[in-house]
Amino acid sequence: MEKVLVGLKRVVDYNVRVRVKSDGSGVETDGVKMSINPFDEIALEEALRIKERGQATEVIVISIGPSEAQQQLRTGLAMGADRAILIASDGDLDPLSRARALLEIVNREGPDLVILGKQAIDDDNNQTGQMLAALWGRPQATFASKFELDGNTARVTREVDIGLETIEIDLPAVVTTDLRLNEPRYVKLPDIMKAKKKPLDVIPIDELGIGSAPTIAELSFEPPATRQKGIMVNDVPALVSALKDRGLL
Amino acid sequence: MAKILVIAEHDGTTLNPSVAKTVACAAEIDAADIDVVVFAESAASIAAEAAQLESISRVLTVENPANKDALAAIIAPQVAALASTYSHIFGPSTTFGKDLMPRVAALIGVNQISDIMSVDGSHRFKRPIYAGNAVVTVEAPSDHPVVATVRIASYKAVSANNSASIETADVSVELPTGTRFIALQSGKSDRPDLQTAARVVSGGRALGSSENFDLIYELANKMGAGVGASRAAVDAGYVPNEMQVGQTGKIIAPDLYVAIGISGAIQHLTGIKDAGTIVAINKDQEAPIFEVADVGLVGDLFQIIPELTAALG
Repeated sequence: MEKVLVGLKRVVDYNVRVRVKSDGSGVETDGVKMSINPFDEIALEEALRIKERGQATEVIVISIGPSEAQQQLRTGLAMGADRAILIASDGDLDPLSRARALLEIVNREGPDLVILGKQAIDDDNNQTGQMLAALWGRPQATFASKFELDGNTARVTREVDIGLETIEIDLPAVVTTDLRLNEPRYVKLPDIMKAKKKPLDVIPIDELGIGSAPTIAELSFEPPATRQKGIMVNDVPALVSALKDRGLL
Repeated sequence: MAKILVIAEHDGTTLNPSVAKTVACAAEIDAADIDVVVFAESAASIAAEAAQLESISRVLTVENPANKDALAAIIAPQVAALASTYSHIFGPSTTFGKDLMPRVAALIGVNQISDIMSVDGSHRFKRPIYAGNAVVTVEAPSDHPVVATVRIASYKAVSANNSASIETADVSVELPTGTRFIALQSGKSDRPDLQTAARVVSGGRALGSSENFDLIYELANKMGAGVGASRAAVDAGYVPNEMQVGQTGKIIAPDLYVAIGISGAIQHLTGIKDAGTIVAINKDQEAPIFEVADVGLVGDLFQIIPELTAALG
């Protein structure tokens, strides 16, 4: 296998408790810490392990977003990716347009494998990988917790609601990662310095000629319904009677 | 009028409970005419079950040996082939629906609405983002089919006293061959299913080992409850992945949820915020789980669980 393409989305950091703006026009992202989507970090780690086993020769990281997403791509390069591509797009892009943009790069680069996170922790859509596989006309293995390469096929174990499903897919294909696929490595300082010299191409999204997809409009944002403050009890008998009072026992 | 196609999830013989909840969401759309489609190797028993669902007009069956394993790459083009006469195509937001529906949406050339939690109009819906820390109202374009997944914890199953007609649907599309089912590893238990149980007891990392998780199982058995776990407990290997509750695991809405030794990361809380009553038992009184708990008890779970199990005797 030659190339593995990995998507890295710039998102609000995992540990930030996001708040809705008071005018309901969106969520507060000013001055908030931004990071690589955690599922995408797992995707990159898997690609690097494939390369380190001698099963791939090049790992390319790609992001679609504002120029600030170069920070996340540099982190990906520091983790060990060989080169990076930023599809520069200022506006918020829908999953179908993202999949179309990725397909353009797939057609140019000809990867044997595309690994994406199963969902981004900002919009929680869980769509782009499946859409890319559909547009590409190739197999998909979503929610992967184990990946084994065997020549031109891959055996992927998927986390599904009733347990673990194993499927075999012909390459090229799209794999999306679940949490337990691996534990991503930490970036070391010398690697951050080295990553500055690795190639990072910026392609304006308009150059890809993907047109515009029917967009789902976001009309307004609101905080979730809050639960009423509960009570604290001191011991098990009090807990049991509290539940009996509510008709639950 | 809205003409809605609901994709049935099943295990080859029985209908998944998520379908009755997906239908409940579809039925909230005004003047909805709802069909349920069953893709299977042999659809009869599944279709008979689906035909009982309240609010639906027809059950369509598409029988094909290739449909045996519910592979998204195989089913998606068949759904897309049926899509032209429908205004809406809904699937459950389970791993089955999440795998399949975006592939369908891309084949049709539309974006998908993920995790509908409420219907505000035929093309206007609410959905959670940022692990449920925000709710966004979205509107799909009216000149395209709406492809969506339904957050099943937001809906109560429709009742099962209908007798809709069952018809064979003719779908002739070329099916891809590059995806093969190998095996399913599933920890079948006699306990109530986590996603539909009225009561759920969950354990976290504080249980300390998979042996200690027996305490949770014993309590759950006494309560007739399903058993869940936090991500930390699954990562630590105490329990299998299908028990994980939270943003990336299962989103559940039992009448009673008992969280034991779970600190309550936001990713876990998003999986339980629709529960009727949340009980938290944790030794750390500062644990965030107490912010959402209706009844909280601070203390050592290794003393509390046996005492509680005995008290329910």
